[in-house]
Amino acid sequence: MQTNQEMLGTFIDKAGLVSAKVSRVKTLEEAFVYTAALCDTKEMCPLLVSGCELNLSEPSMQLCREKTGKIIAAPGLDKEQFASLRALCEDKGMELIEDGLRRHLGGLDIGFTVCDLGIAETGTLVLNSSSEEVRLATMVCETHVAVLPESKLRATSYDAEPEILEFMSSIPNYLSFITGASRTADIERVLALGVHGPLELHILLWEDK
Amino acid sequence: MQDATTLTEYKNQCQEALDDEFLRKAMDAFAKAYRTNRVNAFAGINEKALIAEIAAAKDGAISHLPELYEEFRVKAELAGVHVHLAKTAAEANEIICQIAKDNGCRKIVKSKSMTAEETLLNHRLEADGLEVTETDLGEWIIQLRHEGPSHMVMPAIHLSRYQVADLFTDVTKKQQDSDIEKLVKVARRELRAKYIEADMGISGANFAVVETGAIGLVTNEGNARLVTTLPRVHVALCGVDKLTPTLHDALRIIKALPRNATGQAITSYVTWITGANACATGPEGKKEYHIVFLDNGRLAMAQDPDFRQILRCVRCGACANVCPVYRLVGGHRMGHIYIGAIGLLLTYFFHGRDKAKNLVQNCINCGACKEACVAGIDLPRLIKKVHARIQDEDGHALPSVLLGKVMSNRKLFHTLLKTAKWGQKPIKDGSTGYIRHLPMIFGKEQDFRALPVVADKAFRDEWPEIRPNVDNPSYRVALFSGCVQDFVYPEQMKAGVRVMDGHGVEMEYPMGQSCCGLPLVMMGESGPARDVAEQNVKAIDPAKFDYIITLCASCASHLKHTYPRMLADDPQLAGMASVFAEKVIDFSSFVYDVLGVDKNDFREEGGQGKTAYHSPCHLCRGLGVTEAPRQLLRQSGLNYAPSAEEDVCCGFGGTFSMKFPQESRELLHKKLDNVKASGAVELVTDCPGCVMQLRGGTDVRKDGLRVRHIAEALADRKK
Repeated sequence: MQTNQEMLGTFIDKAGLVSAKVSRVKTLEEAFVYTAALCDTKEMCPLLVSGCELNLSEPSMQLCREKTGKIIAAPGLDKEQFASLRALCEDKGMELIEDGLRRHLGGLDIGFTVCDLGIAETGTLVLNSSSEEVRLATMVCETHVAVLPESKLRATSYDAEPEILEFMSSIPNYLSFITGASRTADIERVLALGVHGPLELHILLWEDK
Repeated sequence: MQDATTLTEYKNQCQEALDDEFLRKAMDAFAKAYRTNRVNAFAGINEKALIAEIAAAKDGAISHLPELYEEFRVKAELAGVHVHLAKTAAEANEIICQIAKDNGCRKIVKSKSMTAEETLLNHRLEADGLEVTETDLGEWIIQLRHEGPSHMVMPAIHLSRYQVADLFTDVTKKQQDSDIEKLVKVARRELRAKYIEADMGISGANFAVVETGAIGLVTNEGNARLVTTLPRVHVALCGVDKLTPTLHDALRIIKALPRNATGQAITSYVTWITGANACATGPEGKKEYHIVFLDNGRLAMAQDPDFRQILRCVRCGACANVCPVYRLVGGHRMGHIYIGAIGLLLTYFFHGRDKAKNLVQNCINCGACKEACVAGIDLPRLIKKVHARIQDEDGHALPSVLLGKVMSNRKLFHTLLKTAKWGQKPIKDGSTGYIRHLPMIFGKEQDFRALPVVADKAFRDEWPEIRPNVDNPSYRVALFSGCVQDFVYPEQMKAGVRVMDGHGVEMEYPMGQSCCGLPLVMMGESGPARDVAEQNVKAIDPAKFDYIITLCASCASHLKHTYPRMLADDPQLAGMASVFAEKVIDFSSFVYDVLGVDKNDFREEGGQGKTAYHSPCHLCRGLGVTEAPRQLLRQSGLNYAPSAEEDVCCGFGGTFSMKFPQESRELLHKKLDNVKASGAVELVTDCPGCVMQLRGGTDVRKDGLRVRHIAEALADRKK
């Protein structure tokens, strides 16, 4: 059996190998601050261009134009948490939403979620995505910020199995294993991130114990 | 896609692929990178144990597919899923078209599904006026080009960035840059629009988990998440072989599938869908969710005691990744819809013998696929079996029938070989032992390597004179020469005898032995192959010997692994064959592991120049022997210099090199180029077939490389 510290080390290593950006936060509030700041400075980063700057067909250009201001989607937070993140966003002139994500399919800046489990051996997040808003927030966004409570970290997929089965027993269920950003190597086997989903995955390990 | 009607036409298509420079470069780079990535991905994992667990679990499920289906159906229906079972590909397509019609769907987005490729689903949907868009980047590219996949995991691996840029320029009506990152982003935006418009999403399924009623989808791009989320209707098309009792089974496969496919510990996404989930645009806010299970011959295959293991396949594509022939000709020639070794088999079962009859012959039997398969499928053997079955159904080719007739009659076969030594006189080059001018029947395409002549005196005729007398022997062994060393290279046998001499080994050469029968298996002649097996088992009574030694890796692995299986149907022979097989050992292992030959047996002064080693397919993979020959080279004072890809096939493959000379030639050149790059002046190997290929090749190329059997190299160094 791995100690918690070893497990944490493995998780950080493995998530890093698939180019996830891993940080640690002491509170959820700290994660909110991180997220708002990230969104605020986002356009500074030239890597995060998601295609709208390129030569697209007319219908796709039109879809790009639908997105105007900066938007963060954070479905699944409780009222208090949502208000707390919204205050930070409003300060910076950014919009925070928790539903109606189908109106934002052209693009979102950040999808923010709190994950249900982590699997250290592969640097994987397990996210119960039965809510359609959660699925869309984590797929339509350019950056996915995922908070993982450290108490939810398991060493292997087998160790997480009883809890995964528990999630699946609440029908219907849509469960996602997420390991790094959306990727492809379909053109000349060259790795490229963000082919459909997030271009970046930020994992915030929340020291909740 | 296979559209060649004759073998000649198929060979011409392979030649075109060989002439495609981009393809060759891409495939080479991929083959080399994959090798390293795979090793890294499995580091720290007990790979063999994991493979055995996967195979056992899959076998368990395969025995109960109808029951598993029923159980899954009940579970899934309770969760609001419509479950269908389609007997044929056409039926599956009809069901899906009907779902589209019933729900008034017009635009469809698809995530990657090999099963939908198998049923040619898109063609059927388009015939109904439905607009279908593949969303996996590679699949989208080949869809736009109206092509089939050239790899199961990387369907567009045969294309360059420039071809993709041209294609995207056409699609967007805007000039596109060939920068890969930009092309990927263009696809991101163009496909985003497609998801939004679509009213139906079609996915495959990697797993159908019976205990939960969930399907599992393994993807990197995440397109399956959008396909199964945005449209109001979701149809998953899933082979019945994907039914698995527990989540644990699926988690186990996930430990191996991405590692074996792309060298990843896990894919970016694994998605588990249980029941009809929330969908804002669906009826009553729920997804209209259908799972279509496809039989298409799978349930019948599950009943076949041998071919059922094909259903273990997890579709990782590794059997193509490591296949030296795939590396040369690419997936469009090494498959129909399914690619690689598994593709050769599935083509026969799913798409019929006309599509498979040429393909199955293009297997060099090197065993690389079998070793890489995470489900432990005995791919090369099953390919030969399908080849034999096609011959039985379609009629045997004349040369193949003749070979069978001649070889199963030892006396006739040996008489012909001995006669050949008179017949070859006019074409023989006295000084070198090669045939100088190939007779017309061989044709020009065979001239990439010089072919040896039949020796003046066969080993069997020399044996009574050279047989060593041993008092108080420690080991009693039978020598099995195989036809090449008996009639072409008897000097290799003599060298082997000399190396073993002085170690208390009493050797016998049973005269009733014949060809091992592997060439017959390669030609799809299973009847005569069995006949010679029986002759050999009867000729060499295993009870009389401690070991049966062969200096031919191909014979050794054939005797050891195939004989017990071929003779299993005869109760009397079966027992004998298994004892026989147990006693078979290759020369290097016997000399190093059993006799313990070490540096004391060899002269002290070192050898001249570096010696490279070619690891015969049937030794390193067939018998799992890798250390003994290399240790012997070191112990004997030869300067063993490792070279790149030592365990990749030399291109001989017995009758393969006669049938596909252009491919054999390329593999030979790769091998010799690697050896040359190591700076070696000598190349040593453990198989007379490899010697024939490599020596003949260096002779034509004038590489100045000496090629010898390891027995000759060791005998030369012996004190």
